Amino acid sequence: MPACIHELFVEFIVSVYHRHHHTYMHAFGIGLTGLVVALGYLMKQKNHHISLPLQLLLPRRFGITDSSFYVCGPALKDIKGKSPSLKFERRKKNTRPGILVRQLHIEEQLLRTSSENWCIINDGTNDPTIVMGFSGKPAELLEIESVLHDQVPVIRRFTGGGTVIVDHQTIFVTFICNKETVPDLQPYPRPIMSWSSSLYSKVFGGIGDFHLRENDYVFGNHKFGGNAQSITKNKWIHHTSFLWDFDVRNMAYLKLPKLAPAYRSARGHLDFICRLKDYMPRSTFIDKTVEAAGTQFSLRSLELEAVVTCSETEFRPSTRFLTNEELAAAAAAVSEQQLGLP
Amino acid sequence: MALRIWASSTANALKLSCASKPHLSLSRCFSTVLDGLKYAESHEWVKHEGSVATIGITDHAQDHLGEVVFVELPEPGGSVSKGKGFGAVESVKATSDVNSPISGEIIEVNTKLSEAPGLINKSPYEDGWMIKVKPSSPTELESLMGSKEYTKFCEEEDASH
Repeated sequence: MPACIHELFVEFIVSVYHRHHHTYMHAFGIGLTGLVVALGYLMKQKNHHISLPLQLLLPRRFGITDSSFYVCGPALKDIKGKSPSLKFERRKKNTRPGILVRQLHIEEQLLRTSSENWCIINDGTNDPTIVMGFSGKPAELLEIESVLHDQVPVIRRFTGGGTVIVDHQTIFVTFICNKETVPDLQPYPRPIMSWSSSLYSKVFGGIGDFHLRENDYVFGNHKFGGNAQSITKNKWIHHTSFLWDFDVRNMAYLKLPKLAPAYRSARGHLDFICRLKDYMPRSTFIDKTVEAAGTQFSLRSLELEAVVTCSETEFRPSTRFLTNEELAAAAAAVSEQQLGLP
Repeated sequence: MALRIWASSTANALKLSCASKPHLSLSRCFSTVLDGLKYAESHEWVKHEGSVATIGITDHAQDHLGEVVFVELPEPGGSVSKGKGFGAVESVKATSDVNSPISGEIIEVNTKLSEAPGLINKSPYEDGWMIKVKPSSPTELESLMGSKEYTKFCEEEDASH
């Protein structure tokens, strides 16, 4: 059972509440809108099919009376070092709640501990957040001085791949599958990447010359979707951050990566990426993604109470924030190296 | 690398295969399997010499994963359990667990992999070794596959996809 899924929905409700009552998006900690769709698995056996329907989790209304919001459960331990519990904790205004970290924690936990197949679609996070891959080196990938000055959160995630800066305009889509789920699919990076592109080809249906270019989703030769994966003994995860829109100023926090796809041809960020919103309405994209998933999987709906639980678990996710001290140390190490200091 | 991916995808799409070669790529049509090693279904190999067992991932695995850019290894002194993960390799966009074929105490790790993770691609059975272990249950080796059995396993795995 996934822990803290309902946490996403609590924060979804808070987000909806705040968006209707406040003009400025950044005045409060804005909840992450989450739509969790459980992906059914159609397994063909000799003479019969076993299929799990799509589990659509609907957010419930909570009696939110002020600008604070509630978080719960094991994720707290990772952020604040407290013991996990089933209690709710009240957060102050304007704190960064680590929503994206908690999403990644949930994904990692589902990958490691759930026997189900999942599709998770999250409709953006709050503040701009930098998300580095498993082995990302801050000094190589980030303009650390600016990041520290502007206090941009930096996350190291559990999947491979490069660095992105995401915000409320980003759409995240994640597939978590058992290795046997997709017939004839070898659980390795390239086949999974190819499978994903075939699914999204159904979403875009030829719009904008969509295709998979090396490991990116592109329109023509402009990237709008970045992919990352993690493969375990029995499951794999493939998640994508789609650039629905972006603030060009945020790109200034990222350096040009050393490890870049050949088709990038040393282009700067703004010449390399494009906006999904120029090709498809947001709701259409999400609807079509669910529809495309439905062509390969059996989907069913679930009551929130059936899956929501917030329980102690021995699972410890690896995704985490990098501290200011770590970032500063990384910057200092590079400076020393450049000065020829030991 | 991109051309190799294209060739592999095209070959898969066209269902091309070599009769005696389970994997088609521009560089070669088969993965190397060495005699004298034991193999796990999760594509790790074990070389047992006296009281020490050396572990790494196979040529089949490195070929399917792609260019390895980072390797996460445990510390010496820790332990590994048969079938459980002890580290990970990152290949461009994916992290992949590496599982230990046997149980035991880690006595050495290949520190060269931190600076040269590509050794796993270039020399998966020699310079690309990952950990050395003192086996706690030598009988576990008996349940692993030999070279012929593993070759057949890889052929069947590739043919079924």
